[in-house]
Amino acid sequence: MNAYLMPLTGGVLLGLSAMWLLLSLGRIAGISGIAWGSLAGPERVWRTLFLMGLLLGGLLTHNVMGQPVPAESTAPLWLIVTSGLLVGLGTRMGGGCTSGHGVCGLGRRSPRSLVATLTFMTLGVITVFVMQSLMGASA
Amino acid sequence: MRAWPALISGVLFGLGLTLSGMSDPAKVLGFLNITGAWIPDLIFVMGGAVVVTFLITPLVTAREAPLLASAFSLPGKQLLDRRLVGGAVLFGIGWGLSGYCPGPALVSLLYGYESTVVFCLAMFAGMALEGPLGRLLAPS
Repeated sequence: MNAYLMPLTGGVLLGLSAMWLLLSLGRIAGISGIAWGSLAGPERVWRTLFLMGLLLGGLLTHNVMGQPVPAESTAPLWLIVTSGLLVGLGTRMGGGCTSGHGVCGLGRRSPRSLVATLTFMTLGVITVFVMQSLMGASA
Repeated sequence: MRAWPALISGVLFGLGLTLSGMSDPAKVLGFLNITGAWIPDLIFVMGGAVVVTFLITPLVTAREAPLLASAFSLPGKQLLDRRLVGGAVLFGIGWGLSGYCPGPALVSLLYGYESTVVFCLAMFAGMALEGPLGRLLAPS
C-alpha cells in the first residue's frame, strides 16, 4: 500500500469534519478555540460534544481498527511544559491553530489565516532546526 | 442551537488526526525538520484537508444559513495585526518544541502518557494567561 494513503485519507477526513461542522452549525472547526470555549464558554455544549467525539474517533482508530498507538514524546517535561504554555498562549493570541487557521482558514481564503499559517509553520521549522543544533547530531 | 452534529464532526476529526499520523509527535517533528531526516507525511495530511475545505467552503457559505443553526459564525476580522502574527510566532515555537498542536495533544490523552497530560494542562494554563499576557506582549 502507498505509504501516503493513510496521511491523505486522514487529511481528507479532517477536511470533511470541518465542512460538516460548517454546513450543520455554521462553525469553524478550530481546536484551540473549541478547547478553550468548552471550559470558558459561551456555548459549551457543542464544543464539549466535539471534544468527546474527538476522543471517540481516536478510540475507533486504535481500539476498533487496531492501528498502532504512537510512542510517547521523548522530550523532557520542562520542554513539554514550555511548549504547552506557548501553544496555549499563542493560539489564543493569534486566534487559531493548525486547524482553525490552517485547515479551515485556508479553505475560506482568509488572508489572516494564510499569514498565521505561514508564520507558525516557519517558526516550527526554525525551532526544530535550532533544537537539533543545540542537542547535536544525535538528537 | 442543536449540538449533536458537533459530535459527528469531532469523531471525523479524531479519526483524521489518528489515522494520518498527526497524533505522533515524532512524525510532526520529522516533518518540521526540513534540513534533517525529513518526513513528508504532513504535506499529504494538510494537502488533503485543505483541498477539501478549499473546494467545499464556498459551496457551503453560499447558503443563506447552515442546516441546523440560524446563521454562520465566521471570524469577521480582516486586518493583519500584531496579535495575529505574535500569536502565530509563539504557537510555532511551542509546536516545534514538542511536535504537539492542540488537536493531536487532546486526542493523545487517550494514550495515557504523562507528557500529553502535562502538555494539555500547560496549554490550558497558557490559554488562561493570554488575557493578561497577550495585552502586555501585543497591545492592540
